[in-house]
Amino acid sequence: MIADVLAQTVESTRGGTGEAVLFWILAPVAVLSALGLVVSRKAVHGALFLAVVMISLAVFFIALEAPFLGVVQIVVYTGAIMMLFLFVIMLVGVDASDSRVETIRGQRAAAILAGLGLGVLLVAVVSRAVFSDWVGLAGAAPEGSVPAIADAIFSRYVWAFEIVAATLITAALSAMVLTHQERLTPRPGQRELAEQRFASGSGVAASQLPSPGVYARHNAVDTPALLPDGTTSDESVPTAVVARGAVRASDEFTKHEPGELEGGQQ
Amino acid sequence: MSPTAYLVLASLLFAIGGVGVLVRRNALIAFMSIELMLNACNLAFVTFARMHGNIDGQIIAFFVMVIAAAEVVVGLAIIVMIFRTRRSASVDDESLLKL
Amino acid sequence: MLTQLESVQPAEGVFAASWLLILLPLVGAAVLLLGGRRLDRIAPVLGTVMPALSFGYALVLFAAMAGRGADERAVSVSLWDWFAVGQYEVSVGLLLDQLSMAFVLLITGVGSVIHLYSIGYMADDDRQRRFFGYLNLFVAAMLLLVLADDFLILYIGWEGVGLASYLLIGFWQHKNSAAVAAKKAFVVNRVGDAGMSLAIMSMFVVFGTTAFAAVFPAAAEASEGWLVAIGLFLLLGACGKSAQFPLQSWLLDAMEGPTPVSALIHAATMVTAGVYLIVRAADIYAGAPAARTAVVIVGTITLLMGAIIGTAKDDIKKALAGSTMSQIGYMMLAAGIGPAGYAFAIFHLLTHGFFKANLFLGAGSVMHGMNDEVDMRRYGALRAAMPVTFITFAAGYLAIIGVPPFAGFFSKDRIIEAAFGEHFVYGLAALIGAGITAFYMTRVLLMTFFGEKRWREDAHPHESPQVMTVPLWILGALSVVGGFALLYLGGGIVDWLEPVTGEEHHELAIPAAALTAIIIAVVAAGIATGWLIFGRQRVPATAPAGSFVTVAARKDLYGDAVNEAVFMRPGQYLTRSLVYVENKGLDGAVGGTAAGFGGLSARMRRIQTGFVRSYALSMLAGAAAVVVAMLLVRLP
Repeated sequence: MIADVLAQTVESTRGGTGEAVLFWILAPVAVLSALGLVVSRKAVHGALFLAVVMISLAVFFIALEAPFLGVVQIVVYTGAIMMLFLFVIMLVGVDASDSRVETIRGQRAAAILAGLGLGVLLVAVVSRAVFSDWVGLAGAAPEGSVPAIADAIFSRYVWAFEIVAATLITAALSAMVLTHQERLTPRPGQRELAEQRFASGSGVAASQLPSPGVYARHNAVDTPALLPDGTTSDESVPTAVVARGAVRASDEFTKHEPGELEGGQQ
Repeated sequence: MSPTAYLVLASLLFAIGGVGVLVRRNALIAFMSIELMLNACNLAFVTFARMHGNIDGQIIAFFVMVIAAAEVVVGLAIIVMIFRTRRSASVDDESLLKL
Repeated sequence: MLTQLESVQPAEGVFAASWLLILLPLVGAAVLLLGGRRLDRIAPVLGTVMPALSFGYALVLFAAMAGRGADERAVSVSLWDWFAVGQYEVSVGLLLDQLSMAFVLLITGVGSVIHLYSIGYMADDDRQRRFFGYLNLFVAAMLLLVLADDFLILYIGWEGVGLASYLLIGFWQHKNSAAVAAKKAFVVNRVGDAGMSLAIMSMFVVFGTTAFAAVFPAAAEASEGWLVAIGLFLLLGACGKSAQFPLQSWLLDAMEGPTPVSALIHAATMVTAGVYLIVRAADIYAGAPAARTAVVIVGTITLLMGAIIGTAKDDIKKALAGSTMSQIGYMMLAAGIGPAGYAFAIFHLLTHGFFKANLFLGAGSVMHGMNDEVDMRRYGALRAAMPVTFITFAAGYLAIIGVPPFAGFFSKDRIIEAAFGEHFVYGLAALIGAGITAFYMTRVLLMTFFGEKRWREDAHPHESPQVMTVPLWILGALSVVGGFALLYLGGGIVDWLEPVTGEEHHELAIPAAALTAIIIAVVAAGIATGWLIFGRQRVPATAPAGSFVTVAARKDLYGDAVNEAVFMRPGQYLTRSLVYVENKGLDGAVGGTAAGFGGLSARMRRIQTGFVRSYALSMLAGAAAVVVAMLLVRLP
């Protein structure tokens, strides 16, 4: 539904000033986001910038009489691929941030130069070329882009389609194969796990850990729980809070009798 | 809007993506820059499709998207594998192909 | 000679197998050199039997030849066609005429005797087999030289004797001095061989062939300039082989070889090859009086030079070597005179072969008895200890100085006569040479066999075994009667050789008998001077300082010094500078190119950093370059 609305809005601006306004607003956004991706320190920021670029490109696709591609761009590219990126960033380490120092001598300067050169070159070439005005896809796709694309894919490009399908399957399989970790030692069963737990020394719970909240004194995240012997439990506060040093002392929660907190009311 | 504008935008995005690949050490950011380049190509294709009145440009862009998806899958699997063994996602670590 | 060649007979009867003369010692050499150590025991006998067989066959041939008339004695044996290149055809064949017959008899006869002597002399050497192999090789090569009927085939024998000489001089390989002497002999011979090559090449240019049968008749019509050139080239070759000035420096050093080698090669045969060459090429010299004069001058200089050098040497073999040089100078002198002297040159060559071989073998016998001591100052009063050696040596001594009726008297007398007939100066030089010869030979005899004992402590002089003394007796006898026999028996050697050499007679200013008397007087004066200095006074055991002439003579009249200064040092300098140019320039260029490439690749290697990003950068840059290239192609 939303996609339809979006598509109609964009299509209504086809040709003329509507499209120009759309372009001149979204194009800088896209460029700036691209630059943001390149200079971002954290990977997550970069992924978000890329998502912005992709979405603006999706809007462009719709403006360019390719609604199917625009939607596919959002669904597949932004939705699936970028999410995949984010998952991997999570696996690799969200906190990790790159240093800005360039290790290869002259790489940055040469890269910027090369990129600049390439960009200038392409822009120069493109702007010199003389294009006739839009022909438009009314002739090639009279019933809209989806039937036309379907028609082409399943008739002229069916061979490429099949191969691409096979490629996708192969890619999925390859991901499984690549990341498969062969278990070299037998999987520790319950007995082995229990033995490990006891063998690692004192201070280890002989029984299961209590479920969350059993020893909690407060439902705030920064308030540690108290174990039966009066000591605070380190595991009850997230490490990030500990790292920040924002753990609240639990003293104020031990001395109160029930009913004392609300000003002595019963 | 003349096609030139879209093509210029595509070129710019492409160049920025190229620079990103070269400059960033983090494998994931480099990979994302490659995706950026692919997207720029897609934009150019779609522009040409509309310009010539030929649906083939959109077909190509479609296929590019699919292949990009497959490529991302495999590439990220590799990055995960490398991270598992090396505990680092820096592209510079794989530098054994030197003389 | 022209007349002679017209009457050359083809070989038939005994002459048909004349190649056996060469083949027998050649087979002996091959068997001995290739046979391996199992032949060591029979090597000496086998090595002696082969030349002896050749000698026997040569006697048969000689008898057959002598039985024929004077016009029919030359025989040609054609063996096979070697090669034909364009118009130059060479076929291998032998020319057996009076001149070559004389040489064949000398080589095989004296050669066999010396082989017999070597059995005893080299008895203690474990490389005897090789020694006899080399000696046989020498005999075969020398026979090829004198029997060839083509200058190119002669050259093969020429080189063969050079090779054999090198092998035999350096026979005692462990002695550095022997190896150096062998090298020196070979190198100086090479200079002479270059002259020989030039002569053959000139013959090819002028006559289109090198066969005797074609060259000699055509020599009468060739231009004098070419004939003089060929004559001078042949003279250069002869100087190398015969150790004449200016290529004389190797002969004294060649005494490093065993004494039989010195006797056979450097006294009787190889060194006479030069004389053979000049006599054989008489037709060429007939048309080149300038070349003849050069021969005479070379001979004269050498006969005086050799005599002076021989006077100052204390090494008995070197004294005899100087004497050899001098006597060959006499032969060259006679050969240069022309038809008037050819026969006498050959006559002296034959008698010299007898008495010089005799003297060398006698010296070897003395050395053998004195623990290989060569310094005459360590001899003295040996005639009682070695009577046979003394008697035979004395016979050779009397022959060489020209006391009648010994062998040398007749031959040397004739040469001095011919010299005077040619020009007064040559005759005077020859006469003076005779006097000096008498002087230094007396010195050698007195120092060795007379006077007081100047022996070292471990010397026990004893007579040599019979296998060595029998050859001494044979050669001693030849030294006594050889000259008389050759001159007067049968037709005499002069008549024998006349068809080959022609005959002339120069008139003398004084009658021949008077000249003979003068010669005898000069010889007597020489003997007397020698006796006065070395017979009456004590001979010091160490060499006294001597006058500057003595010093010069001890240094071979500075022959070696001149060679070094003129040829060796500039040559070494040239070599060194060329090596320097090669090392720095050529090798530097090559090595520099290699190093340059290495350095270039080392620098370019740094592009491969291993970092993916730098590779990606170069890819991007490359892609940009490709786009630019495409645009440049399409833009206009």
